[in-house]
Amino acid sequence: MSRSDLEEILDLTDTFAEIGRRPIPKVPALRGRTVATAFFENSTRTRMSFETAARRLSADTVAFSAGSSSLSKGESLRDTVEVVASYGADLLVVRHAMAGTAHRVADWTDLSVVNAGDGCHEHPTQALLDCYTLREQRGSLDGMRIAIVGDIRHSRVARSNILAFTALGAEVVLVAPATLLPPAIDGWPVTVFHELDLLLADLDAVYLLRMQQERITEGLIPSLREYANDFGLSTDRVARMRSDALVLHPGPTNRGVEISAEAAADPRSVILDQVVNGVSVRMAVLFQLLGSGQQLVAADIEPVGDDARPEGVDR
Amino acid sequence: MSVVLRGGRIIDRDGERTLDVEVGDDGRIAAVGTGLSGDADLDASGCVISPGFVDLHAHLREPGQEEAETIETGARGGSLGGYTALVAMPNTDPTTDCVAVVEQVRTLGRRSTCEIIPSAAMTVDRRGTDMAPMGELVDAGVGIFTDDGTGLQDPRLMRRVMEYSTGLTGRLGRPVVLAQHCEVTALSTGGFMHEGEWSSRLGIPGQPAESEELMVMRDIALVHLTGAHTHFQHLSTAASVAMVRGAKAAGLPVTAEATTHHLTLTDAACASYDPVFKVHPPLRTDTDVQAIRDGLADGTIDAIATDHAPHAPHAKELPFDQAPPGMLGLETAFALTLDESGLDLPEVLALLSWKPAAIAGVADRHGAPILPGNPANLCVVDPDEVWTVSGAAMASRSCNTPYEGRSLRGRVRHTLRAGEPVVVDGEVCR
Amino acid sequence: MAERERRQTPPFGGVFVSHARIMTADDMGRAVRRMAHEVIERNHGLSELVVIGLQTGGVPVSERLVETLEEIEGIRPPLGTLDVALHRDDIGIRPVVPEAATELPTDLDSRIVVLVDDVLFTGRTIRAALDAICDFGRPRSIQLAVMVDRGHRELPIRPDFVGKNLPTRRDEVVDVHITGVDLGVMEK
Repeated sequence: MSRSDLEEILDLTDTFAEIGRRPIPKVPALRGRTVATAFFENSTRTRMSFETAARRLSADTVAFSAGSSSLSKGESLRDTVEVVASYGADLLVVRHAMAGTAHRVADWTDLSVVNAGDGCHEHPTQALLDCYTLREQRGSLDGMRIAIVGDIRHSRVARSNILAFTALGAEVVLVAPATLLPPAIDGWPVTVFHELDLLLADLDAVYLLRMQQERITEGLIPSLREYANDFGLSTDRVARMRSDALVLHPGPTNRGVEISAEAAADPRSVILDQVVNGVSVRMAVLFQLLGSGQQLVAADIEPVGDDARPEGVDR
Repeated sequence: MSVVLRGGRIIDRDGERTLDVEVGDDGRIAAVGTGLSGDADLDASGCVISPGFVDLHAHLREPGQEEAETIETGARGGSLGGYTALVAMPNTDPTTDCVAVVEQVRTLGRRSTCEIIPSAAMTVDRRGTDMAPMGELVDAGVGIFTDDGTGLQDPRLMRRVMEYSTGLTGRLGRPVVLAQHCEVTALSTGGFMHEGEWSSRLGIPGQPAESEELMVMRDIALVHLTGAHTHFQHLSTAASVAMVRGAKAAGLPVTAEATTHHLTLTDAACASYDPVFKVHPPLRTDTDVQAIRDGLADGTIDAIATDHAPHAPHAKELPFDQAPPGMLGLETAFALTLDESGLDLPEVLALLSWKPAAIAGVADRHGAPILPGNPANLCVVDPDEVWTVSGAAMASRSCNTPYEGRSLRGRVRHTLRAGEPVVVDGEVCR
Repeated sequence: MAERERRQTPPFGGVFVSHARIMTADDMGRAVRRMAHEVIERNHGLSELVVIGLQTGGVPVSERLVETLEEIEGIRPPLGTLDVALHRDDIGIRPVVPEAATELPTDLDSRIVVLVDDVLFTGRTIRAALDAICDFGRPRSIQLAVMVDRGHRELPIRPDFVGKNLPTRRDEVVDVHITGVDLGVMEK
């Protein structure tokens, strides 16, 4: 997505953020439309955020989740998608543990498809809400220096945010152990550091990623303790950040690992703003796809594929 | 009934000449010359008459996965692709690791339009723990052993298999060929495409080139130790090609194949997230593709193989990680090699026919020079015909071709299997 | 209203070509002044009044109305803006782009709301506005002031205060701007 595509959605988000502040935070814009959430991977937060967004627009929601599915009974993904679509859905929100699944789903259906996170690839609505949060705090991302810290390798959030932050004029620094960086990132618009302490005082924002226990069994890091010591935003580290710097995290946080309880509660932390803005951004995306009457797009931040077809094209 | 192939140009390992070929009703070539007459004519004008092709690497799925392919449908596809012999991979269900399954495959093969050459697993059930009954299998006529689908991980067992195979040369009448799928699974597990720039960008976990190269390196060392004839299947990386080149220069008994997809496609194709591009070893980079082409040109790589791997449509309608690896190859191999290898037609035919025939141990009947008395396993190819690939139109039960919709130049017009025209004008006759 | 109407009426876009000047700036000033007097008279002053301009065309008219009310009474009633794009009944049929802010200055419960728009046409915008206002509270009454009533109502809605009644054809376009009111058509 270009800077202007991103800004269009962020501008639209202002309208929906205002609705969220009304006494009755609901408009009839998508009355009679059905939004299906197809979550092949559990994510209570993202699902709640999309469902809240849909309901605030008066859309109906249908939920599919892997636990209640027949996928384990040998049904192909395509069969499942066709079944979900046949419940009269107008739009599919797809979450899957494997990269590219939302792309594939979009190949099989004429419905609009929103990628709610696909494996280690992208999480475009998360990037939009993060950009919105930063813009809300600072007015613009231009010239900001943002560090993304942690498991970049497995992070769809990092991939989307690197692209979105830089498209909006920010400088992105990656801070991670060498094992948690993608295998080949030459040409990415980032600089890489392995030590957080060298940077802290120069940052406008720190974006912490979730660190998971399984990275230890995979032999990527020795222990959560060592990770927390080297890369965690401790109370001490947050104290060394600039007074106007911001702390972001996509949630859910592992207190004491990537962020200390004090750092999460610091006034510079905008983690809860991110959650609130997530609903507004997703309202904007759903409305853009279903309600604007235009051929609009809720694409990956970086469209890939042979024809670079964005995955939420309203076709 | 005798048939005359009329108006074509012969190319075989003896060279090139413009003569007609008469095939007798005994399944052998009756005469080569001009002014021949037979019961029927097949038009070969504008075409090249070549010995039939031999695929060292075909997954025919029978027994066990008949939904994806059978020996009959696989062979029909082979015939359409100009093949007269297919080496059937042993990763069937049950595994082809004993004489009974070998005989079943062979029996089914006799009714098909190609000669089916069963290969057998090196280890019981391809589990990599116990050696398969190689002696019994050699006595049943098996000359190629492979655990294809995975490599044999345990270096100690691999060494033993190599050593044991050298003792079977006398029983087989030629050296046993051990065909290795080179992949160190400890490095590749959890990866679904080539690890590199594209996998990083796409977020699909990758397999490093080194997972193949480490096993190539190990097996060259073990060949040095044991002297066993080892054939490297589907080489896919530049370093693998370089190591095999070195091993050949050192005089080691190694051979190698490359697939048509590894010489025509790169990992960038995975950007569609369509698992039709998922294959093991994975599609690699431009550099690797160029190295494969160089290896074909300088003789490091002895043969083009297809690694024809049919999968039913629903199996590919899954997320990239869950879909099985593999793609169709038999019907597109000739055109792709001709169009994309950069080699001229005689070299292409050598890589598809007589060179693999020698590795498969069938040079007496496939890939042999087109001379009176030799078995009539022939194909007639039109190097200029342009056609469009369609998975649905293929003889295979599956349609997982990565070249769907692509326009290719070069097509098989007729195929004769033991004198019988099994493909005439691009259509299977039975 | 005219601004949005122009963008949304198929064929989209085009250029407004004026055929006649209906009101001059002075005419509009006089009309606002008269409407202001009517609002004050009808509501016995301004004590409970809230003026809400509809985005986008109604906003400048509402600002002039509030200024005039202040001039006359010496009290400035609270002024808000309302964007009704998301309450419209033609979402998904025609391009609807919420583009402007909704800012209501005060609790609407038991207040008298004067909705202000530039042009009253089918009445559908006002229907959407009534719907939206109900989400913000329960006003004692809602009144409607428009600069131009051009007819062709599709819903049972009537204005309380009108700058000018203007008979039009359906395919004509009324353009209200600072310097006056024009009647014309859209040309591609």
